[in-house]
Parts: sequence; structure tokens; C-alpha cells
Amino acid sequence: MLLILISIVALVILALIFGAVLGFAAVRFKVEGNPIVDQLDALLPQTQCGQCSHPGCRPYAQAIADGLDGINKCPPGGESTIAAIADLLGVDPEPLDAEHGEEKDVKLVAVIREDECIGCTKCIQACPVDAILGAAKQMHTVISDECTGCDLCVEPCPVDCIDMLPVTKPMQSWHWPKPVAAQLIITDKG
Amino acid sequence: MNMHHYTLHDFKGGIHPEQNKSQSTGQDISTAGIPKILILPISQHIGAPAVPLVKVGDVVLKGQVIAQGEDFVSCNLHAPTSGVISAISEAPVPNQSGMQDTCIQITTDGNDSWPPIKGLDNYLDAEPQALIEAISQAGISGMGGAGFPTHVKASIPASKIDTLIINAAECEPYITSDDALMRENAADIIKGIEILQAILKPQQCYIGIEDNKPEAIKALQDALKENKDDTHGIHVVVIPTKYPSGGEKQLIQILTGLEVPVAGLPADIGIVCQNIGTVRAIFQAVALGRPLISRITTITGDTVAHPQNFEVLLGTPVQYLLEQAGCDQNKIQRLIMGGPMMGFTITDNQIPVTKTSNCIIAATHNELADPAMEQACIRCGMCTQACPAQLLPQQLLWFAKSSNLDQAQAHNISDCIECGACSYVCPSNIPLVQYYRFAKGEIKQAKADKQSSEQAKLRFDTRNARLEREEAEKAEKRKARAEAAAKKQAAKKDAPPTEDATAAASDPAAELKGLKQKVLASQTRVDKARERLSMAQEQNLDTAGALQLGLDKQIEKLAIAQKNLEQANS
Amino acid sequence: MNLLNISSPHATRPGNTGTVMLTVLAALIPGIAVLSYFFGPGHLIQICLASATALLCEAAILYVRKKPILFYLTDYSALLTAVLLAISLPPYAPYWVTIVATLFAIIIAKHLYGGLGQNPFNPAMIGFALVLVSFPVEMTTSWSAPSALLNSSISIQDALRYIFLSRETIDAITMATPLDLYKHQVEIATATEIYQDPIFHGPNSDASIALGWQWVNFAFLLGGAFLLWKKIFTWHVPVSLLISLSLLSLFIGWDSDSYVPLSLHLFAGATMLGAFFIATDPVTASTTPLGKLIYGAGIGILIYVIRTWGAYPDAVAFAVLLMNFCAPLIDQYSQPRTYGHKKAVRGLAKKD
Repeated sequence: MLLILISIVALVILALIFGAVLGFAAVRFKVEGNPIVDQLDALLPQTQCGQCSHPGCRPYAQAIADGLDGINKCPPGGESTIAAIADLLGVDPEPLDAEHGEEKDVKLVAVIREDECIGCTKCIQACPVDAILGAAKQMHTVISDECTGCDLCVEPCPVDCIDMLPVTKPMQSWHWPKPVAAQLIITDKG
Repeated sequence: MNMHHYTLHDFKGGIHPEQNKSQSTGQDISTAGIPKILILPISQHIGAPAVPLVKVGDVVLKGQVIAQGEDFVSCNLHAPTSGVISAISEAPVPNQSGMQDTCIQITTDGNDSWPPIKGLDNYLDAEPQALIEAISQAGISGMGGAGFPTHVKASIPASKIDTLIINAAECEPYITSDDALMRENAADIIKGIEILQAILKPQQCYIGIEDNKPEAIKALQDALKENKDDTHGIHVVVIPTKYPSGGEKQLIQILTGLEVPVAGLPADIGIVCQNIGTVRAIFQAVALGRPLISRITTITGDTVAHPQNFEVLLGTPVQYLLEQAGCDQNKIQRLIMGGPMMGFTITDNQIPVTKTSNCIIAATHNELADPAMEQACIRCGMCTQACPAQLLPQQLLWFAKSSNLDQAQAHNISDCIECGACSYVCPSNIPLVQYYRFAKGEIKQAKADKQSSEQAKLRFDTRNARLEREEAEKAEKRKARAEAAAKKQAAKKDAPPTEDATAAASDPAAELKGLKQKVLASQTRVDKARERLSMAQEQNLDTAGALQLGLDKQIEKLAIAQKNLEQANS
Repeated sequence: MNLLNISSPHATRPGNTGTVMLTVLAALIPGIAVLSYFFGPGHLIQICLASATALLCEAAILYVRKKPILFYLTDYSALLTAVLLAISLPPYAPYWVTIVATLFAIIIAKHLYGGLGQNPFNPAMIGFALVLVSFPVEMTTSWSAPSALLNSSISIQDALRYIFLSRETIDAITMATPLDLYKHQVEIATATEIYQDPIFHGPNSDASIALGWQWVNFAFLLGGAFLLWKKIFTWHVPVSLLISLSLLSLFIGWDSDSYVPLSLHLFAGATMLGAFFIATDPVTASTTPLGKLIYGAGIGILIYVIRTWGAYPDAVAFAVLLMNFCAPLIDQYSQPRTYGHKKAVRGLAKKD
């Protein structure tokens, strides 16, 4: 009986000591980091496309941080963004939720067929990043450098004059692809 | 001339590949001649592309500016011979991407006629600014490979520079264009260096040259002896043959023992480096008034019957040169522009020679064997031994292979000069450089994406702030209006009615006029909408529905406007 | 004209991984020859047995992993592992010891980790360590005496019989290794007394350090020098290993009446084989120049510590395996300073 008592007391004392050490360490070595929402927001592609059913990237980041939404609802970010968020939060990456759209291989940019534009400003109101120039009854045009390719402007256009076209890459941004090992081992010639 | 003894500093790593230089040094430089067409990419240098000044059908004279470098970091482009501009369009250009770029095409007329040209008199006494201007006008960019505009380098304040290094190492196998140039034009080169000295006023000037070019070394030394007494301070420094001693950073290290700081320029340590071919072009530009319209290019490789150096007009298609050198074009298995270590393959023999094309290798299958199958990395470390930048190539390989870009960056992948020494020694035949190029490209892309996403975020936030502000303003106005109305109401109750009538008396005329105008405007809009609708209906466009809606709305508005007018009238 | 479009460099040095492995195998030949000269044909039989096992096993695994068999077999890495393992084992160990060690080396230590280039531990040493701890009797009683100390040299028939059939009369040819003998004798005898044993100087005083063993070590040293000259590996690992072992031996074990002397440490065990052929295995060693120095020194220290205070007479295998554990960590903290940088990166990259 005494033995058990001694053991319990010893364990309790040990627990108290280590608890105090841990508590001290938590206060003393506290990492002053960005709030998690900021870090999440920085990982999202900022297309502000709303495909995650949140009005923009930051609200989605907030929803993830609050545990209200999954990490796999961002099609423009795709697998790499999911992996980055999973890494940040220390959870397992999940495959992209197909309900919210598919990851596109190529970056797209909105282009207005300008002779068909009736100047209704609907697309201007829809654009989350103010990348469309124009005024009522005036022809509109997309500032292609600012366009995030979110395609939120396509739906509201009454005359369907907005196309999503792949971005043409300039020669300067071309780079060699990763060598494909499987292609290198074509035969078993030895 | 005193023989100086220099302490050379070795760089770490490096390799000794087969030289393969003797094939093309057997005969003097010959002129390649004038091909039927010349293809001149507007972007042959680092920086903004030159802007074409000519249009299709224009007749141009030899040396005439056909495209102008409008930015400071850009270069003029001149017609290499006389002829007619036959196209300004996209065409394959010498670039490892194999992509097309805008080129000006000249159909030559064979006259090769120069307009009168004249260099600067007493150029060594001229103002540095005048010399830089002459270099800039001549459209000179670095002729060793990178193609950095020379006038930009020459514009570094002289106070910052104490050492001028002329790169004559030519360390890549096969290439002998600089060697040939030095053997035959040593005097011009020395004069060119003097021009650079007049501009940059360095305390010392070294010509770094590998010891595998004894004839060139002798020619330079003879030219130095003839030229002047020993006061010009130009020293020919013979360095051991080792690849890549001709890399700018490595040559600086060999000659001075200094390292160019990371992400910095040689100027940060008081050094300017120029290629020997560039120096000759400077001489021609300043002393003779000749713009850069030709260069020395080595044509070599086992398929070439007479490997040699040609004086080539810029824009000459590779195929024309291969024909001149007696190449059996059916046997070519790999066509390389540049050297075998850092050059790039081209798959179109119409690609032209540009300001940076120092060599063309038309290789057979035996000469440069097909890349062997990639084996597993056994971490043998031969790449680490060979790397002149003291990187850990095999670690970078793991990171590049797994697209672990953060780690690749942390291991300084951006300091890789892509010299290819690691791939050359790798026993497992791993295309290391391609992995690094891939990773570097991805890093660059990721940075650009990050920047644009930050920009998008900023614009999104700004827009939201604007919308909020507008909403707030609207609410404010509504409130003000409501208050005003309430006040009016209160005033109406309190004040005698006569005052009110007189206040309103001045208004009705103006109000009526406004309403009339509104009705008229509405009427025109309705008319226009009708017109557009009927047009759409005629052409059976699917926009008709939308237009019909628009028309209905306009008619509604018109009706309201008319009603308002009537009310005002009554 | 169908022109090739590939990334530079276009010139490459001839040769491949197989060439490297074959060069190492060639460098082992003098050592194997001397081993066989002094200790009979046991090692040669073990080499054949281990090689056949390794190649068959490798081929089978490649087949299971759906890899091109001939392409991988001709990198000769399995063969090299087998040969290194075979010459580390006692020459007259029973056949099943060799087969178990080889299978374990190829299957567990190499392929389960992803095959050549991916294994964190030296496969030959993993195989050796496994049988050493599993079958201590076979592993300590199968060392033959140098032929000069036997009445008649060991014939091939005898050797085959000991290895494959019966171990009945094996006591006639086996003997403790000089390191083992010295380590145990030194507790009760002085150096002069121990050196009376003919295993050190030979029956006719024709050896100065340890009969047979000294020439075996010299032959491996020669092979290692050849590989250094061929630039198969750099000097860092073997030199720092030998220096650290020597320094420890000089400082701690200077008194040969109480400790094994330096000469035996260097020339009586597996030191030269370990320094030039085992520790230099590039896959499992540290890769940076500074890291190789630390790695080699670590092995040297561990060899001395285990030999002196451990239970085993020789210690190359455990020393190498223990340092294999440390190699990735050493690499992280021994990166060279890149051109143009003020100082080297140490440790893992910090995340932003």
C-alpha cells in the first residue's frame, strides 16, 4: 500500500515538474507567427474566383482556419495548393473536390470580343480584381496582365462575348521540362 | 616588354573534356559570302527587343539601322548588307526553346554597298560619353554567349572599376572563333582594349587566355610590343586549360582570386569583363564607324568536310554556312549552336547566325553519342568534384527530381551556371543540367505566380474597400436626403406657404427643359435599340433575345420620362 | 534530317555505373589473390556462392518490381555487394551463412529501400552484421589459420566439404584471428609473451606484424590506392578513418602490454578493406568533402572503441553501419560554401 502511495506521489510530483517546464517553455519560446488565416491566405492562388463557394480567397482561408470547410476546394490552386495547406496545418492532403471544379493545366485569361460588346458593365461588376476597363455604353476590354482567369465575368455577359483563352507564354519564360526517367528506359538492351 | 609573373588562382572543380579544336584551326578565316536572304531576330541580346524602323518593301543599305533599341538595356540592329526588306514576321530563332520570334528578313541584292561611314577622329582623346555613344549606335552586345548590351557595361562609372578583364579563354571544346580572331586581328583587339581603357580607366587590364592557344598568345604579345611602350598596362595572362575557365565568374577567380558576390555583378568587386570578339567590334565601331553586322563563327563537326572559321553576316541561315563548309547534311544527327558543353540544339537549319553565335557543330552519331539511359544516382560525388560553383549537384538532383523547390533554393540552385561539368562526369548518365534548368524555371515561374497572386489580392482588397466606401457614401447620401426631406416637411408646416411658392417659381422652366431632354434622349435610345434588334433578327443572331430585353427596358424608361413630363406640364 | 533536341551538355565522359563497379571489382583482385594464397580457396568459393546468390536474387526482385533486368544487372552493384560480403565473411563459414547474408543484403538492405542509390545502409555490412549476431559460433570458428601454420595446405575438396557438407574436422584448420587472439591474451600476458605465438611472426619469423594478414591488408591498400588514382572516390574517407584510428591507438593504446598495438589495428584486421572498399561506398557515405572527413573519422573512432572495449574482435561492419545512420545529418551540416557566398548553408532550410 505504501509502495503504491509513494509511486503515485512520485509520479504526481514528476508530472507537476514537467508540466511547469513545458508551461514555461510554451511562454518563453512562443513563436510569434502570422495568424493562421494570413498564412493560409498566402498559399491560396488569389484568383478570387469563388469556386470554393466563398466570396474570395480570404473568406475561404478564414473558413479553413475555423474548421468550417475542407482544404480541397480550390481548383485553381490544385494539388500543389492542397499539399501546401496540408503541410501548413499538419493534416493529410486530400484529392481535389470535383464538385468545385477541375484543376486546369493551362492558365487562362478572359478576352472580350470587342465588336460584340454592348457596353452593359455587367462583367465589370463581376470582376473581383477590377481587371476589366470600360463604362456604360462603351466597349469593355480586359487588362490581361491583371486577369486571374477566374471566369466570373463569362456568366453575366448578356451577349456571350467573353472567351477564356490560354495564356501564350513568351519565349523568355520557357524552360526545360523535367527529364522523364520512364522514357529513358525504353528497352532492356542492357 | 617585361614578362610579369602573375599569381594565378585556381577555381575548384572543372573538367578536361576532349578539345576537338584543331579541326577548325587549319585555315585562315574566310568570308562566308552573302546568302540570298538574311533573317535578323529583333531580340539578339539581353534586354528589350529592338523596335523595327523599316517596313516590308523598304530598300536598305549596308549598315543602316533597321531596328532600334529604345530602352537603355537594348541594342540597335543594322542591315548586314544592302537589299529589300521582304518580311517582318515570326520565324525560328536560335533559342533552346525552339520557339519563334519576330525577325526582319532581308532579300539581299548582292551589291553589298556601304553608305559613307566614318569613325571618331582621335578617339582615344574623346570624351568617354562619345565613345559609349558610338558603341551604343553600333548595336554591340556581348559576343561570347550571353549577349549583354556592351554600352550598358561600358556605362558603369569609371570610379567603380579598377580591373578590366578581356575574356579570351574560349574554354569550350570545338570553338575556335576567338582563337582565329586573335591570330589574325590582334592589333585591332589591342586598339579595342585601349578604347575600353579610355572609357573605364581601369588600373590594370588582363587578357585571360588558355594555354592551348599558343599562336594567339604570341600574336597578342607581338601586337602589344609593336603597339606602344609598356605604359598601356595590358597584360596577356596565360591560364591552364580547364573547363569552364572561360566562365566569367571562374575567369575572375583565376585572375584575381576574388569571387563575384551572390546575386551581384563583377562591377561590385571593381571588375568589368568583356569578350575578345566584343572588343574587336568596339574597335570597328569607334575607329571605323562600322556597326556590328558580322562576326566570326566556327563551323565544325564530323559531317563538315572543311571545318573552319567564317566571317559571317548576321542573319545568315545555318544551312548556307554548312553548305559553304562542305557539310554532308544527311549525316547530321545533332546540330548544335554554341559549344558541346553549353550550346543548344537546333532542329531547323534555317535558323540564322546572331550576334552571339560563336560556333555551329554538325555532329554525327558517333561523335556525340545519343544520351545513354539514366541510371540510379549512386552518390559517387564525381559531380561535386567537378562543380566550379561548389554546389552539391547530387543533392540538387534529389530536390529537382522531387520538385522540392524550397530545398533546391536553399541549396543555392540559383548559383548553378549550367556549365554541364556535372553531367559530363556523371557515370549514371543523369541529365543533371536539365533537372536544374527545370527546377530553376519552376522557381522563376513560382515567383512570377506569387507576384501576380499578390497583385490580384491587392486589387481584390482595393476593390472591396472601394465597394464598401461607395456603399457607405450611398447610405450617407440617403440619410442626408431623408434628413433634408424631413426638414423640408417641418419647414413647410412652420413657414407661410407664399415663400415656398416663390422659391419654386424660378424652377419649373428649367425642370421642364430637363424632362423634355430626357424624353428626347430616351426616344433616340429606343430607336437605336430597335434598329439593333431588327438587325440582329435579320442575321438570326442569338443576341436578339438580350437585345429585345434591352429594348423593352428602354421603352419602359421612355414611358416613365413621358409621364414625368406630362405631370410637370399640367 | 531528323535532328535531336536535347539539353546541354552534349559531350559526356564515356562509361557508366557498371564501369565504376567493375573498376572497384578489379581493385579487389590483389586482395583476393593474397587472401587465397594465405588462407586457402575458402574465400574464392564464398565469392562464387555469394555472387550467384546475389545475381539470382537481384534478377528475381527486378522481375517482381517490373524493372528491366539486364539493364540493372549490368550495373554490377549486386555483384560488388556479393564480393565484398564474401571476403568479409570467414572463409570456411557454412554455405547457408553466406546465402542468408547475401539474401538479406540484397532483399532487405537494398531493394526494400528502393534499390541502388536509395539504401541508407551498406548492404554488404548489413548482411555481415546479421549473420554475425545470429550465428556467432559459425562466424567465429570458421577463420582458417594461415597455410604456413598448417601441416598441409587446404585443398579445394576439403574447402568444399567444410563449406557445404561436413564441419567435422574443421577444427584442424581453424584458428582465432590475430586481433582476437591479442585482445584476449593481453588481459593475462605481456606483449612479448603474446608475440611468441607463430600467428604473428610466422613459423620461420617471416612476418613482422601478423602472418598473412599484413599482406592482405597491404594488397587492399594497393587496390585502394589504384581507385584513388582512378578518381573513383576521394581521399577524404580512408585518410580520415586511418588517421583517427591511428591517433586513438597512439594516445590510448600506446602501451602494448595492455592494449592491441597500432600495427595490429592497421594491418591485422579488416582495416584496409574497410577503409578503402567498405567505408567509401558512396551510396551510404556522407557526400560533402567536410562530411566525408567527419564520416571517416567517426568510423575510425568507432572501430577502435568497439575493438578495444566491445565484445567483438573486429568492428568495421558495426562502425560503418553506425556512421551510415549519421551520414544524412552530417551532410546537412557540412555543406561547402558556394561560389560568391559569404558562408555555407548549415542545416535544413528554414521555411518562410
